[in-house]
Amino acid sequence: MDLFIAIFQGIIIASTPLVLAAIGELVVEKSGVLNLGVEGMMIIGAVTSFIVTYETGSHFLGLIAAVISAGLVASLFGLLTQYLLSNQVATGLALTLFGLGLASLIGQTYSGISLDAFPVFDVYLLTEIPIIGSLLFNFDYLIYLSIIIVVSVYYFLNKTKLGLVLTAIGDSHDSAHSLGYSVKMVRLFAIIFGGSCAGLGGAYLSLVQTPMWVENMTAGRGWIALAIVVFAVWRPLWILVGAYIFGGITIIQLHVQALGVNIGAQYMSMMPYLVTIVVLVFISVNKNRLAVNAPNCLNKLFTSDL
Amino acid sequence: MFKLQKKETIDQSSLYTVPLIAIGCSLIFVFILFLLIGKNPVLAIFIIFVEPLLSIFGLSELIVKATPLIIIALGLSIGFRAGVWNIGAEGQFTIGALFGGATILAFYPTSGIWILPLSFFIAIIGGILWGMIPAFFKARFNTNEILVSLMLTYVAILFLSGMVYGPLKNPDGFNFPESRLFHDSGTLPIIFPGTRAHIGFLMALLLAGLMFYLLKRHKFGFHVKVSGESLRALVFSGKSTNYMVYLSFIISGAFAGLAGVIEVSGPVGQLVPAIPVGYGFTAIIVAFLGRLNPLGICFAGLLLALTYIGGEAAQIKLGLPNAITGVFQGVLLFSLLAAEAFTNYKVTLKKMRGNF
Repeated sequence: MDLFIAIFQGIIIASTPLVLAAIGELVVEKSGVLNLGVEGMMIIGAVTSFIVTYETGSHFLGLIAAVISAGLVASLFGLLTQYLLSNQVATGLALTLFGLGLASLIGQTYSGISLDAFPVFDVYLLTEIPIIGSLLFNFDYLIYLSIIIVVSVYYFLNKTKLGLVLTAIGDSHDSAHSLGYSVKMVRLFAIIFGGSCAGLGGAYLSLVQTPMWVENMTAGRGWIALAIVVFAVWRPLWILVGAYIFGGITIIQLHVQALGVNIGAQYMSMMPYLVTIVVLVFISVNKNRLAVNAPNCLNKLFTSDL
Repeated sequence: MFKLQKKETIDQSSLYTVPLIAIGCSLIFVFILFLLIGKNPVLAIFIIFVEPLLSIFGLSELIVKATPLIIIALGLSIGFRAGVWNIGAEGQFTIGALFGGATILAFYPTSGIWILPLSFFIAIIGGILWGMIPAFFKARFNTNEILVSLMLTYVAILFLSGMVYGPLKNPDGFNFPESRLFHDSGTLPIIFPGTRAHIGFLMALLLAGLMFYLLKRHKFGFHVKVSGESLRALVFSGKSTNYMVYLSFIISGAFAGLAGVIEVSGPVGQLVPAIPVGYGFTAIIVAFLGRLNPLGICFAGLLLALTYIGGEAAQIKLGLPNAITGVFQGVLLFSLLAAEAFTNYKVTLKKMRGNF
């Protein structure tokens, strides 16, 4: 039972950065923009939150720093792709390369330092409930926040006017423009929101998961977050399913390695990436479901004036 | 606010001006960055971008680093022209290095002039096979080739590492995760004695020339161009849309695989887990900075090679992390993409409306 609880908690903790980054990217893609810079925004969030938390001693300020800094680099992507009409794929890649480089540069002197553990959300009575207490009420508050964000995004996209406008812009920017909606403005805000979420995901890595700063510590999670958006077929609640599956594979793979199964560590570590590929292929086979949910204008240029 | 209008024709001069403007902007950014982190910007820029060019050693290292960048970028440029996004050249490069390197090791210590050509052939096949995976899924199921090729990069790097920790480990190497050093028949000839500059660079230039000819004079170049402008038009010209997907990945996979084997049989001389150092990603910038033009790619490859060497110099002489290379490369690509707006579009100012 203890092992089961440990695995369950491990999965939730491994998945939360993916949930945060993927739900942000989902909103961006729903608005019709493909931002491949998730990895870069995550690592910027990771390094700034670490530095601010280390210097001020406040985890909360660290999180704020992650949200702002990643939002800022995302807005750079937004300005380039929306107002200077640059290629989204190339700009996203530039954002990733830039983010990884900049993070290593500013984090250089903080390498290897570790932080105090992130406070656990501890409601006295709830945590005491046997098993369920450890399974549901023994986490840091960011995990609950990530679920709240996902549910809010679901509500926002399906039940609010602005959410429907955003979806409409992603499906047909020309029609939305004709109706008088500001395509670029909405997209810019979506991009900044996506960046902030990715930054929060990065902060989760350097403040909670392994409370220290390590160069390139995102290790491809930003790209997996992009794959999770496709896995979820752009439906917010499915982001949770996708992220927990990917987190699950990572953790179970580690436990299998620890049990001493005689397969090289490298081959076990391939699992999350291989599974991502298999999942992407399976998702793309079902063309109808994709046609209903995928934003039509994803990665298409919108050239009308401001 | 301003307004962008697509230009009817693009002036030829922008081929040169846009990259130059981008380089200028990036230098300004780096200047400010050095000021912010308290280093003398003039000295730092001199150490990074000028000093490596002043010594034979620096120049030879420039050639060594530029070789894989140019070769990979040449391959990628075909796909990028055609609107097919192979982001996984790093993986194809790694597989090329592994396949080529394993071939050389398999014939240790046999000597023979045929060993290198054989290993080059196997490496190219490896690169193509690795590139065919995303191409097949893209063509068959329309699976996103960007994500698949990228995931395969991580798989390839782990695969190389698994091999070097396992079957390819040097039996006399005290359990270090590295292969044997390649013997003489598995090592590329050096052009300038006493340096690491090898004939791979000449191959890169030759390939650039070949590519230039194909794009300019051959029907192949026409298909590539048409595909990039409109997939429908390509279908009318008698080719299926999947033709360009496969072709792009075959060419970029082959080139990346070739670059991989050149890297291991040239400067590295053995298989180690740290062979992939990001050339596959940097080559994307090289392709764009070179305007997807073979000759431009040669210049861009040399420039980005300079950022690597400069990064190392900055690490040694200024105590900066060599991540400064990544920052500069990212900024360069940003500036380039921004500068492009001013060549493809006409910028006109318009009056702010009250309701903005």
